Amino acid sequence: MTTESHVHHPNYVKVWAALVVLLILSVLGSMSSIRAAVLIAAFGVALVKAYLVARNFMHVGVEKKWIPYLLVVCLAFVAILFAGVAPDVMNHSGLHWENNAAKHAVESGTQSAPPKHE
Amino acid sequence: MSTASKPISNTRSASGIPSARLITWWVIASEILIFGGLIASYVMHRIGHPEWRAAAEHTNTYAGAFNTFVLLTSSLFAVLAFKAADSQNGPRAAKLLRLTSLGGFLFLIIKGFEWTHDIHEGFVLSSGGFWSYYYTVAGLHGLHVLAGAIIMLFVAADAAKNQELQRVECVGLYWHFVDIIWIFLFPLLYIAK
Amino acid sequence: MNTQVLHAEPGFFRKYCWSTDHKVIAMQYMFTGLIMALIGGYLAYVFRMQLGFPNQSVPGFGIVTPGRYNAVVTMHGSIMIFWVAMPLLIAAFGNFLIPLMIGCDDMAFPRINRLSYQIFLLSIVVLIASFFVKGGAFGGAWTAYPPLSASGAYNLTPEGATMWLLAVALEFVAFLLGGINFTVTTMNGRAPGMKMFDIPIVVWMIVLASIIFMASVGPLIAGAIMLLFDQTMATGFYDPTRGGDPLLWQHLFWFFGHPEVYVVLLPAMGIVAEIITVFARKKLFGYKTILYTAWSTGVLSFVVWAHHQFVAGIDPRMANIFTVTTLLISIPIAEMVFLYIATLYGGSIRLHTPMLWALAFIAEFMIGGVTGIFLGASGTDIYLHDTYFVIAHFHYTFVPIAIIAMFAGLTFWYPKMFGRMLNETLGKIHFWGTVISFNVIFIPLFMTGVAGDQRRVYSYAQFAEQMRPALQHLRTISTVALLVMLAFQVVFVINFFWSMRHGKRAEDNPWLSNTLEWTVSSPPPHGNFAELPTVYRGPYEYGLPGRALDYWPQDAPN
Repeated sequence: MTTESHVHHPNYVKVWAALVVLLILSVLGSMSSIRAAVLIAAFGVALVKAYLVARNFMHVGVEKKWIPYLLVVCLAFVAILFAGVAPDVMNHSGLHWENNAAKHAVESGTQSAPPKHE
Repeated sequence: MSTASKPISNTRSASGIPSARLITWWVIASEILIFGGLIASYVMHRIGHPEWRAAAEHTNTYAGAFNTFVLLTSSLFAVLAFKAADSQNGPRAAKLLRLTSLGGFLFLIIKGFEWTHDIHEGFVLSSGGFWSYYYTVAGLHGLHVLAGAIIMLFVAADAAKNQELQRVECVGLYWHFVDIIWIFLFPLLYIAK
Repeated sequence: MNTQVLHAEPGFFRKYCWSTDHKVIAMQYMFTGLIMALIGGYLAYVFRMQLGFPNQSVPGFGIVTPGRYNAVVTMHGSIMIFWVAMPLLIAAFGNFLIPLMIGCDDMAFPRINRLSYQIFLLSIVVLIASFFVKGGAFGGAWTAYPPLSASGAYNLTPEGATMWLLAVALEFVAFLLGGINFTVTTMNGRAPGMKMFDIPIVVWMIVLASIIFMASVGPLIAGAIMLLFDQTMATGFYDPTRGGDPLLWQHLFWFFGHPEVYVVLLPAMGIVAEIITVFARKKLFGYKTILYTAWSTGVLSFVVWAHHQFVAGIDPRMANIFTVTTLLISIPIAEMVFLYIATLYGGSIRLHTPMLWALAFIAEFMIGGVTGIFLGASGTDIYLHDTYFVIAHFHYTFVPIAIIAMFAGLTFWYPKMFGRMLNETLGKIHFWGTVISFNVIFIPLFMTGVAGDQRRVYSYAQFAEQMRPALQHLRTISTVALLVMLAFQVVFVINFFWSMRHGKRAEDNPWLSNTLEWTVSSPPPHGNFAELPTVYRGPYEYGLPGRALDYWPQDAPN
C-alpha cells in the first residue's frame, strides 16, 4: 500500500548491542553495596533503554509530533495519580491521622500471611 | 493486499497516520494507564514498607536478567521484520515475526520455571504484600506477552502471503511497548529490592 | 462506491446479529441500553417503595430485607451508569452518528466494532446471571469499597461480588475498544474539506469522552484486578493488617469515577448543542470556545477526584487542594451553559419535542451543577456527605444526562434511524410527565438530605434519631412521584413502537439541518452515501442574512 517508507531504518543490530551492554551494566551495578549506585544503575539504565527502544525501534522521533505528546500526557496522568494517592497510601501518618496497622507491620519487620479462617 | 473489503473510513487518512498504526498508538496509550496504575500502586507500597525487602530478596535476578535479554532480542527481530515488510518482503517479515513470537514463548517458559521454583519455596500470590504485587504485575505483563506472541503468528501468516504488511509494524509497536514495560519491571522487581 | 450491487441480501442473522454495519451495532446498543433502563428503573421502584412505605411488602418484589436493599441500590447505580448512560449516549449515538456526520461509510474497524458489542453483551449476561447465584447480586454499593466488597463474610454476596466485578471489567474492555475505534475513525475518516473545526460538536464530544474514559479507566482496571484477587485469592491488597490499604481502592476508583461523569456529560452536551442550533435556527455561539472548555474540563476532571473522599480519612491538606480544583472545574461547565444560552438568545425558537428536552437539560443540569458546589467544598461536605443531598445532586446531573439528553437525541434522530416521524402530541405528554415528576422526586430529597437523612440505609426504624416521622411525607412524595414518572414512560414506549409502523414517513431532512446525516435517506442505506460527500463549511451556518434559506448544508458547494 505505501510505496515510500515513512521511517529511516537505523542499524538495528547496533541498537540491540547497546541495549544488551546496558543490561549487563545494570546487573553489575546491582551487585554494588552502595544503595544509591544500585538505584541509579537500575533505573537510569532502564530510562536509557526505554528511550533507545522508543526512538529506534518504535520510531517515535519521526512519527507525528502529537503521538509522543499523547504518551507523555498519559505518563503525566500516572504521575498525577501518584501525587494524589501517595500522601495517603505511601505515608503512614499525616495531619491528624495515623495508619497503625501499617506502622506495626513496618516495625515488626514481617509481612503477614493470609488469616487461617478462610 | 485486500483494500476492497475495508471501509473508506479506514483507508482515508485525514490525520496523516494510517488507521492501523493510529489505533495501535491509542491502544498503547491506554495500556500506559493500566500498567502505570498498577506499578504506581506497587511503588507507593514498596516505599512505605521497607520491611518487604526480606521477601523481595528471593526474586531470581539472573532469571529476570536473562528474560530481559530474551525480550530485547525478540524486539530486535520484531523491528527487523518491520524493515522487511517496509521493503515489501512479506516472507522474510513472516520469518522474523515467528522468531519474535518464539522469543515471547521462551520468556514465558523461563518465567514458568522461575515461578515454579518460587512456589515450591512457599511464595505464592497470597504470601504477603510484596508477592501479591509481584505476581500480579509480572502476571499481567506475562498475559500481554502471551497475547502478543499469539497475535504475531496470525500477522505472520498474512505477511507470508504478502498481505496486510502494515500490520507487521503495528504488532511490532505493541511488542516494543511490552518490552519497555519489562525494561522497568526488571529493575523494580529484581534489582531495586 | 455503490455497495448494494455486489452483495447478496444477507439473512436475518447476518443482518441483525452478526453485522459489522455501524448503524446496526448502534441499534443493538440502543435497544440493550433501553431494556437495561427498564431494569434500572424497576430497581429504583423497589427501593423507593421501601423508603416511602417502610417495611411493607413491595408489589412485584416482596419484602425488602437489608441485604436485598443493598443489592438493589448497588445494582441500580451500576446499571444506570455502566449499562444505560454509557451505551446509549456514547455507544449508540456514537456508532450511529459518527460515520454519517463525518461523511464516510462505516467505522475504521467494523469487526472490532462488532466485537465491542459482543463483549458488552457478555458483560450483561454476567451481570444478570449474578442476580441468580447464591446470595444474589452484589450488595456492596456501586463504589465497591473494600473491605465490604472484598469479603464475602461482610457483603453476604460473595459470588455476586465477583461476577459484578467481572461484568464491570468486561464493560470497560468493550468501551475501550469502541472508544478507540471512534477516535481513529473521526481522526482519519473525515470527508474531504472537513477540517477539525468543521466537525459537529456531538462528534467531538463523543470522541473526547472516549479519550477521557480511556485515560481514566486504566488505574481502575489495575485496581479491579487487585480487588478480584482479594475476593478470590486471599491476597491483602486492600487489607491494612496485611500491608494493604483500603484507601488505595477509593483513590483508584474515583480517579476513574470523577472523569467518568464528564465521560457521560460531554456527549449529552453535544447532543443538546446539535438540537438547539437546529431549533433556534442559529449558529452555535463560540464553537471553538465550547471545544476549548470541553478540553479543559476533560483535563481538569483528572485532578478533582478526592472530593468524593473528604470524610474517608484522606490527609486534610489533600482535601484543601481538591476543594480548590473542584470549585475551579465548575467554571468551564458554567461557561458552556452560558454559550448555549447565548446560542438560544435571539434565535427563532421552535418548540418541537427534541427542543423541549434540550431546554430542559440546560435548566435541570444547572440545578445539579450548582448544588455540587456545596459538596465540592470540603467544609460543607463534612455535613452533607452520605446524605440524600448528595443523591439529589447527582440525580440532577445524571438524569439530565442519561434520561433528558438521551430522549432529546432519540426524538431528534428517530426519523433518521427509523424513517418515520414520532407523534408530537405523545412526545409532549411524555416530556412534561417525565420532567415535572422528576423534579417532584428529587426536590424533597434535597430537603431530607439537608435535614440529615443518611443514604444506603434500608430503614430508619431501628434508628430513632434518624426516623424523624415529620419528614416521612417528603420521602413518600418522592416515591409517589417516581411511580408517576415510570407510568409516563409507557407513553414513550407506545409512541416509539407505534410510530415505527404508522408514523408519518420521514423525508431525508425533516428538521432542515446542516449536518451530513440529513443528506441521505431516512434510514440510510448500507454504505451510507451513494456518492461520498465533500464538505465546504462548518455545521452551524443557520440564519445567515441575505440567503434565501435559513440553513446551509455542509456539503452544498454554494
